[in-house]
Amino acid sequence: MTILYIVLGIIAIIVFWAILSYNGFISLINRAKEALSDIDVQTKRRYDLIPNLVNTVKGYATHESSVFDDVTKARTAAMDATGMQEKDGAENMLSGTLKSLFAVSEAYPDLKANQNFADLQRELADTEDKIQAARRFYNGTVQQLNTAVESFPGNLVAGVFHFSQMELFAHTDSSQAEPVQVSF
Amino acid sequence: MSLYQERSANVRRTWALVLGFLVIVIAVGYAVSWYLGNPIVLYIAVFFAVATNFYAYWASDKLVLSMANAKPAKRDEYFDLYTVVENLSITAGMPKPKIYVIDDPSPNAFATGRDENHAVVCATTGLLSMLDRSELEGVMAHELSHIKNRDILVMTVAVVLAGFVAIVADIFLRMAFYGGGNRDRNGGVIVLVLGIVGIILAPIAAKLIQLAISRRREFLADASGALLTRYPEGLASALQKISSHNIPMKRKSHATAHLFIDEPFGKPEGKRASWLDGIFSTHPPTEARVKALLGK
Repeated sequence: MTILYIVLGIIAIIVFWAILSYNGFISLINRAKEALSDIDVQTKRRYDLIPNLVNTVKGYATHESSVFDDVTKARTAAMDATGMQEKDGAENMLSGTLKSLFAVSEAYPDLKANQNFADLQRELADTEDKIQAARRFYNGTVQQLNTAVESFPGNLVAGVFHFSQMELFAHTDSSQAEPVQVSF
Repeated sequence: MSLYQERSANVRRTWALVLGFLVIVIAVGYAVSWYLGNPIVLYIAVFFAVATNFYAYWASDKLVLSMANAKPAKRDEYFDLYTVVENLSITAGMPKPKIYVIDDPSPNAFATGRDENHAVVCATTGLLSMLDRSELEGVMAHELSHIKNRDILVMTVAVVLAGFVAIVADIFLRMAFYGGGNRDRNGGVIVLVLGIVGIILAPIAAKLIQLAISRRREFLADASGALLTRYPEGLASALQKISSHNIPMKRKSHATAHLFIDEPFGKPEGKRASWLDGIFSTHPPTEARVKALLGK
């Protein structure tokens, strides 16, 4: 009789632990998904700011149409990109073209004095910071999830319910190691 | 000690503060009512102690903000502060705290509120004009870590509870030292008793505040702040700048001093620190914090 109780007790503990572990996985996965949608929100905001910026610069720098085309093309490419790797590459391209846009605008003092341009530049820099911040939160969460999926005994629960590892963003930390400088 | 242990330790300390306060106020009330032979005083003391505890939990953040004369920060006006806090909250995965600014040239900052959802961070205009963006990030990451570790609950509750005892002690001491001009014999005895009570109460208040602070906690907030920004040099250089600036804040109080990232009274060196200022000293030395941040 005592042995039966002990066995039942052990089973109860295991079931209880499995439930806790399962819920832990679910909340990690949901947090990662939420982080992904936060990144999308910020990325979309960036796409929305860019046409305004291009139009403002166009008003002053009329002879730089190739730069504008590059930015517009890179923006469309980034918006159409699917999958984390492809999206990452397209975003980097877009950042590159924006850099040359700001480099071009250096040559136009009137443009630099424009309040609207300064605001847009500031908002864009902030949006990029926010994308970085959201990616780092995502990476932190996914790191936790991936460790939990791999390590014993959590991997037993993960195996039964098919929780798998999620993809990490690359390069986010190397850019964050530098202090955020907002100068173009 | 992990962050989670630190968090539950903070909740325990809050209970210790609340109970300690109840015991002190009720004990004083009991003593007075026994002396006067009137139980009403005791009832009032009990009611007062309980009410103050509730007030400390629900409203002390508002009290702190109004004591410091802090105003809400608008996004356009304080763009850097606002966005730095916003972005760090995204990285930390916590709700964005309310952001306040104090108009004061002395550089300082603090966080208050009872939990993540009712948190406030506050910076002085002096701090904002002195620091660049990466240094400001360091300071705000430190404050957000206080919020995340639940340090703010115990620190803020201490403001009301210990602050109350400190104010009473201060009043008694003043009455004992300055009120002795034209005393008759009876009044003299009362003043003497008040003085003694004040001398006893002041260290008790200081002890309550020490309960709410710990050097380890400041170091821990520095470290987890650095983890958030991945740039410990930012906070280190901000701390150096802040501590080299030695002007006391315009509106300061022993009750709220422990909330701030740096001593609001200025450094005691040079001028002689009073006994009262000495026992309320709350902050670990800047050099030690910078050293820990830079791993030297």
